[in-house]
Amino acid sequence: MNLKDITIGQFFPGDSIVHRMDGRFKLVLSFLFIIILFTADNFRALFIPCAFILMAYTACEISYVFIFKNMRPIMPILIFTGIINLFFVGGNEVLWDLGFVQIYLEGVRTCVFVIIRIVALITGMSIVTYTTSPITLTDSIESLLSPLKKLNFPAHELAMMMTIALRFIPTLVEETDKIMSAQKARGASLDTGGIAKRAKALIPVLIPLFISAFKRASELATAMECRCYRGGEGRTKMRQLKSSKIDYLVSVLMLCTLGMVILVNIA
Amino acid sequence: MCRGVVKINRVIQTDELTHKYSLGTPFESTAVDGLSFSVEKGEFIGIIGHTGSGKSTLIQHLNGLLKPTDGYVIINGRDIWSKKVNIKEIRFEVGLVFQYSEHQLFEETVFKDIAFGPKNMGLSQEEIEQRVLDAACAMGIDESWLSRSPFDLSGGEKRRVALAGVISMRPTVLILDEPAAGLDPQGRKTVLSKISQYHKSSGITVLLISHSMDDIVKYADKVLVMENGKLHSFETIEKVFSHSHNLEKIGLDLPQTTKIAMRLKEKGLDLGDGLYTVSKLAQKFLERIGKV
Repeated sequence: MNLKDITIGQFFPGDSIVHRMDGRFKLVLSFLFIIILFTADNFRALFIPCAFILMAYTACEISYVFIFKNMRPIMPILIFTGIINLFFVGGNEVLWDLGFVQIYLEGVRTCVFVIIRIVALITGMSIVTYTTSPITLTDSIESLLSPLKKLNFPAHELAMMMTIALRFIPTLVEETDKIMSAQKARGASLDTGGIAKRAKALIPVLIPLFISAFKRASELATAMECRCYRGGEGRTKMRQLKSSKIDYLVSVLMLCTLGMVILVNIA
Repeated sequence: MCRGVVKINRVIQTDELTHKYSLGTPFESTAVDGLSFSVEKGEFIGIIGHTGSGKSTLIQHLNGLLKPTDGYVIINGRDIWSKKVNIKEIRFEVGLVFQYSEHQLFEETVFKDIAFGPKNMGLSQEEIEQRVLDAACAMGIDESWLSRSPFDLSGGEKRRVALAGVISMRPTVLILDEPAAGLDPQGRKTVLSKISQYHKSSGITVLLISHSMDDIVKYADKVLVMENGKLHSFETIEKVFSHSHNLEKIGLDLPQTTKIAMRLKEKGLDLGDGLYTVSKLAQKFLERIGKV
């Protein structure tokens, strides 16, 4: 198990145009990107958002290698959707007849199409986390959700919870590592045997981990209360979110991309 | 010092042991650098060194939790990374107790937790029971505790249960990473004296990491000093604390008694070097006072 190899959701500090963009814009535009991606209904139209991703990666100064690195954790999903589409999409032209199942040209086409779409989705959305620090990200979410505060929606609390959760991920990973070593030293075998055996072997790791996580949570709550934390009301921020010309320019660019996709769809 | 076994017998031997973290990345760093030393059966070794000097990395090599980047670890005459050796057996031979070991407790009862190691060894039920009772006795755990939840115990008691959980595997070597850290003075004393008693009664080899020089001089025969991943020195207590300036140079503390002797020397009363126990210092002092 190597938890450090997962790059999805990681932040790469930098000073590119995309890094300097307003986090709120990046979030909203990433939703716009999903819309663009799902508006495209043929290969030619799908080419446009894909080209956009390559452009964005260049603008972020992030190596294309990460596009492939991202693929590893989602491989099972890709293979599963690929196979489902390959076998169950019907059509007119039979490519292979395996007896119990026929593979049609349409099936192959949908399979490739869906896989490209999922890969584009993951790589595109990753740009946001690659270029935005977790703190800015949660601040942006809070800011975007703040109109809902009038409806008693706990926007600040939600953002605070996310910040704390993100903050403690490395701590918990380290703790898991330590407990695993301690149990291994007592002869626990954590990486051999079948699924049922492995799941059972995790108990000596999970119980101490939960206990320390709960303890840490209650200590943190006390520490926050000692410093008179009372939620988001009247709270000011050290880092203010600011939008600039780049944000509006990129938004226009994205809307143009959407327009192009719609045009190619019709044509 | 009382030694259970007189026969000279190497239990641990390392040869040019080197460990690099994050090999092949820009973050590559050498935690242990070309360490060669050997420990004989029945010895009580203190390991000291500054934070980040590679002590914890070193001890994780001795029971095969970490694989050396370079060099060999030989336990009881066997190279532990050769193909013939089952690494799990090495972990039963070399018991390793981590820092804040009470974090490893997870079972419903103290008994079950101490039995975790022997159970993993695949022993019979009677054998497990015998070992649990022996280990509990060695660590001063009352039999009435065995049916209680380990989470109801105090910090010092939990620590002793965790220690018993390793001792119950009856390892030939016991390695302890700051077993007394974070305990109150009474708890410290109990834990360390139980370890010392167990060392004497069973003839087991003990390696103890500690930041308290007073504990080291009280219990250890030899001291292994580490600095920046390298072996600074590995000598008997007398020798290590007789050139105490060397220790201060690498940022380590000295035993209280040595400090007192040094202060007296500054004030013009030279009692000689290598004074590290209270009784020795007191004896020398009285001799001098009597003569003056």
